[in-house]
Amino acid sequence: MSFRGFLLRDHFDTLLTALHKLGAHCVGPTVMDDSIHYTTLTSSTQLPQQVHDHQGPGHYRLSTSTESRWFAWANGAQALKPLVFVPQEILWRSERDSEGNLQFSNSKQEPPLTAVIGVRACDLAALALQDQHFLDGLEQDSAYARRRQQLILIAVNCTHPSANCFCHSSGDGPEVKQDYDLLLDELDDGFAVRSASPMGEKICQQLQLEALTNSQQDEIKHANLRAIEQQTKHLPEGNLEQALKNLQGSGRWQQIAERCLSCGNCTAVCPSCFCHSQHDEPAANSMSSAHIRQWDSCFSHGHSYIHGMVIHNETRFRYRQWLTHKFSGWFEQYGRSGCVGCGRCITWCPVGIDVTEELHALAEEYDNV
Amino acid sequence: MGDLLQRPRVAVHKFSSCDGCQLAFLNLGEDLLSFSQQLDIIFFAEAGMMDTAQDIDIAFVEGSISTAKDAQRIRNIREHSHYLITIGACATAGGLQALRNIAKTDDWVQAIYTNPEHIDTLDKASPIREHVAVDFELWGCPINKQQLIGLINNLSLGALPFEETDKLCMQCKRQQQACVMVTKGSPCMGPLTRTGCGALCPSFGRDCYACYGPAENINGEALARRFEGIGLLPEQIHNRFHAIYSNEAAFQISPIGNKKS
Ligand code: SF4
Ligand code: SF4
Ligand code: SF4
Repeated sequence: MSFRGFLLRDHFDTLLTALHKLGAHCVGPTVMDDSIHYTTLTSSTQLPQQVHDHQGPGHYRLSTSTESRWFAWANGAQALKPLVFVPQEILWRSERDSEGNLQFSNSKQEPPLTAVIGVRACDLAALALQDQHFLDGLEQDSAYARRRQQLILIAVNCTHPSANCFCHSSGDGPEVKQDYDLLLDELDDGFAVRSASPMGEKICQQLQLEALTNSQQDEIKHANLRAIEQQTKHLPEGNLEQALKNLQGSGRWQQIAERCLSCGNCTAVCPSCFCHSQHDEPAANSMSSAHIRQWDSCFSHGHSYIHGMVIHNETRFRYRQWLTHKFSGWFEQYGRSGCVGCGRCITWCPVGIDVTEELHALAEEYDNV
Repeated sequence: MGDLLQRPRVAVHKFSSCDGCQLAFLNLGEDLLSFSQQLDIIFFAEAGMMDTAQDIDIAFVEGSISTAKDAQRIRNIREHSHYLITIGACATAGGLQALRNIAKTDDWVQAIYTNPEHIDTLDKASPIREHVAVDFELWGCPINKQQLIGLINNLSLGALPFEETDKLCMQCKRQQQACVMVTKGSPCMGPLTRTGCGALCPSFGRDCYACYGPAENINGEALARRFEGIGLLPEQIHNRFHAIYSNEAAFQISPIGNKKS
């Protein structure tokens, strides 16, 4: 898409005003609890001002910088996932009427039009995967669909990938290519703006945009190349799909299991993971009950429970399930790997297990047999 | 389990404990009123109701067994109860007072009491399941009212209660808390602890103390090594693991296992 113009930093709030005028609830990144979280945004002053993130395996710290920028960091623990595939929700309720019969009702909540500001390339790639899972099957997931169609996606190109990012290697970033409404490139004094949808156009018309100079365009190109160069992690070469299928009996799984807590943090922060469990919560008067869906994980015992037994009863089987499904099984199911290279599972693993390191070790083992 | 209980008869018993779990009943508020229309509360020490001679559908037991008399009383309760359910860390796992199991009884009795001859105690503070069969265990220090509501309802409807066994991290992430271990290097027990509290401590930026006991399939050694990595001394790691659940095998890990001195 070609550039629509340049939005001065001082005019950034006109973007929020335009979105509010469209009736949208704005969500964007802010510093909370020592990390960057998505929250309701009413003013640009809430954005992370002069903040950098420092990520490593099991490590996340913020620091302040002298740069005037608001998006000079890679990501926080959340992607778009919690906004569309919410962590806990009531799917339906049952109620006993006065004659003692059960009446069922599903939640008819209409989610608000929601504009998300600061979406990254990896987030969009993961959203496309979640769309495939929740919308493209025989049955659409209506709760997901209702929220998904209300999203306005305002992306920002990455200029500061973290030490755990490998989206270039996975083929999903760092440059945003598609599936957005607006795309911003941050420069010192403002943002270059591109639009890729009728909604994006509508918003652009409300903005006071300056012409973009050639040198600004060059700066944007360079920033993107630099973002690629800064990425140090990468996936192993070769056919991972095949390698993992053949390595189910590898001794590596037990080695990982000695370090792994089977805690499920990796799957919770992974923007493409979609496992969930369901249970009922009866009210105290036994007259009604709520059917609840919540995030589950291949690291929980419920994931592989069938009557009377848990198939993946040890951590080595659970970790094997996570890695094999994400990097191999997904090809068959969704035509690509389930990983978009965001690095979250590495950062937010409390003991710092690094998927890329494990995949390299496994790929090497495969090459040697 | 499986039979529908018509107006179940309920008792709440107490052994060595702080009474905090019984308070979960009194904290039910409005729900206690609707339960009192569905249940017959026959015995409830904390609320002043004592009638021990009757047969009971659901007996809730708080506290651990500390004396020979306790051991006899819990057997009587078992005989009179259709379902026996432990509430809280003491009844389910021995609780804080089981810390004394690490020391020699004679030593501490002599050291603490001016008239040690009045002390009549078993050598260990032990969970109810070491004495009689337990049908269901509610973990927590203390338990909360949601656990009780879920349990009583499912039992009276003839359904199996929902058992929380996930690690606290799962609930912490469902609530979208930033991990305190990752952002601050705090020694969080969440990866070993079962859900049930609503990730209370991490939601206030603090590390989990393991109030809800061990989750399923946990790896204490790996977490202890991580604590070492973030700078805890062996003694500090030991204290972290041995606060409320010192008596649970899952928390007695090498190299910081229970030291019987
Ligand atoms: S597997 Fe890890 S790096 Fe890949 S998308 Fe999931 S969280 Fe990100
Ligand atoms: S890999 Fe890390 S985050 Fe994932 S379950 Fe194991 S310890 Fe938890
Ligand atoms: S803060 Fe504690 S409970 Fe939450 S994810 Fe981290 S280790 Fe787990």
